[in-house]
Amino acid sequence: MIHKYKLNGLNIVLDVNSGGVHLVDELTYDLLDNVEPPFEAECPQGVVDKLSKSYAPDDIRECYEEIVELYNDKILFSEDDYEKYAQYSVASPVKAMCLNIAHDCQLRCKYCFASTGDFGKGRKLMSFETGKHAIDFLLENSGDRPNLELDFFGGEPLMNFNVVKQVVEYARSREKEYNKKFRFTITTNGLLLDDEKIDFINREMSNVVLSIDGRKEVNDYFRVLPNGQGCYDMILPKYQKLVAGRGDKEYYVRGTFTNKNLDFSNDVFALNEAGFDQISVEPVVGDDDIYALTEKDLPTVFAEYEKLAQRLLENEKQGKKFNFFHFMLDLDQGPCAIKRLRGCGCGNDYVAITPDGDIFPCHQFVGIDEYKMGNIDEGTFNQEMKADFAKAHVYSKPDCRECWAKFYCSGGCNANNYQYMGDIRTAHKISCQLEKKRLECAIMMKAVRMAESAE
Amino acid sequence: MKHIKTINKANLKESAKKGGCGKCQASCQSACKTSCTVANQKCER
Repeated sequence: MIHKYKLNGLNIVLDVNSGGVHLVDELTYDLLDNVEPPFEAECPQGVVDKLSKSYAPDDIRECYEEIVELYNDKILFSEDDYEKYAQYSVASPVKAMCLNIAHDCQLRCKYCFASTGDFGKGRKLMSFETGKHAIDFLLENSGDRPNLELDFFGGEPLMNFNVVKQVVEYARSREKEYNKKFRFTITTNGLLLDDEKIDFINREMSNVVLSIDGRKEVNDYFRVLPNGQGCYDMILPKYQKLVAGRGDKEYYVRGTFTNKNLDFSNDVFALNEAGFDQISVEPVVGDDDIYALTEKDLPTVFAEYEKLAQRLLENEKQGKKFNFFHFMLDLDQGPCAIKRLRGCGCGNDYVAITPDGDIFPCHQFVGIDEYKMGNIDEGTFNQEMKADFAKAHVYSKPDCRECWAKFYCSGGCNANNYQYMGDIRTAHKISCQLEKKRLECAIMMKAVRMAESAE
Repeated sequence: MKHIKTINKANLKESAKKGGCGKCQASCQSACKTSCTVANQKCER
């Protein structure tokens, strides 16, 4: 399978199964519409005749030979032979956890997926006892996985900061005994950040996600206190201080965009101008949200992604490089093909834990009773449901199976699929379209950079 | 080649042979918590 497209003046061909990316001329681009394996020794005369109105016959034959050479090298029209790997990782250890340490939040963000922090189940903070059980659960269920990830999430995790500290201390105290390394991350709205918390986060957290929506007017329309006041001025200086003391450790300022700010590239650049160079901005999707993107918004959003990609490339040329998370792509040293078969691993090697100790496949499933997988305080963990999530890979999802992007998005978000399509294996179309556009932009950016460095 | 320029190593098949160790990060934990780009993750083997 190949995927070819034109963007930013380039003709790009992706060989889906090898991961090969090729820049081609117009002739190759057109010829690829007319040829496919099995190939013959020479370009079929019918194809030469068809294209000879636009191209010289000798060039067509020469181009055909190049295509066949790449095919023989297995980097064009290469075979999909990964399905056999899909059976691996079914009894996978649990290595990552989203710890919903606080089902409470001070903000009333208008697009909140978590019912303003309590996931529709009442405001609650996790006890240290349950946090401890979560660490024990991870240690005991992680098999031979050396790196364990734990994301403090909510609601707003800093509303339960003492328990965050206690859980980190407890986990560190058990690392040696189990020969494991915990990597902590935290996602915060910033309101409660102070010097003590900033120091703690910069010391203990390998990554921190700082929520902010970009331009002040956008942020303050959506991210508001119960009295309607926007939070931008309260959080921005704190984020700047945290990032200034972060050193080489990872962070992201992370925003949400909606159908009210389809010109979201301006939010990305506003965040950069505010001093941040690691930026993630994502759309609201979903059928029941008045702010969600719909089909009619897509042309505008696609144009905006293209504009963002072009502006990022221009910035790089001027030495003003910054990182947009959704255009990050490693075409050479990225994850192995086996990892790419089932993406986030939710419900299988990744779970979320609520303040009551309930286990869900991920934070997006929290509050959906039929997806409760067990409870860590009670020692229950539904292995049948775990196996079902393990089997939700790109070959068991009909739309993904035939999709060129399957080894880049790895089957999409199971939670979105369930929430908007009613089945974890049915792709949510708008999410797919957005992901594909981001990938096209990201591959194009790689191609431009490589072409420029070769010059 | 005159008509086609390959810009990367195209090593997905190779990666499958030694892959699946599970040392790498769970993708959803990184910076999004909603979207699913996996191809930006690092191999940590």
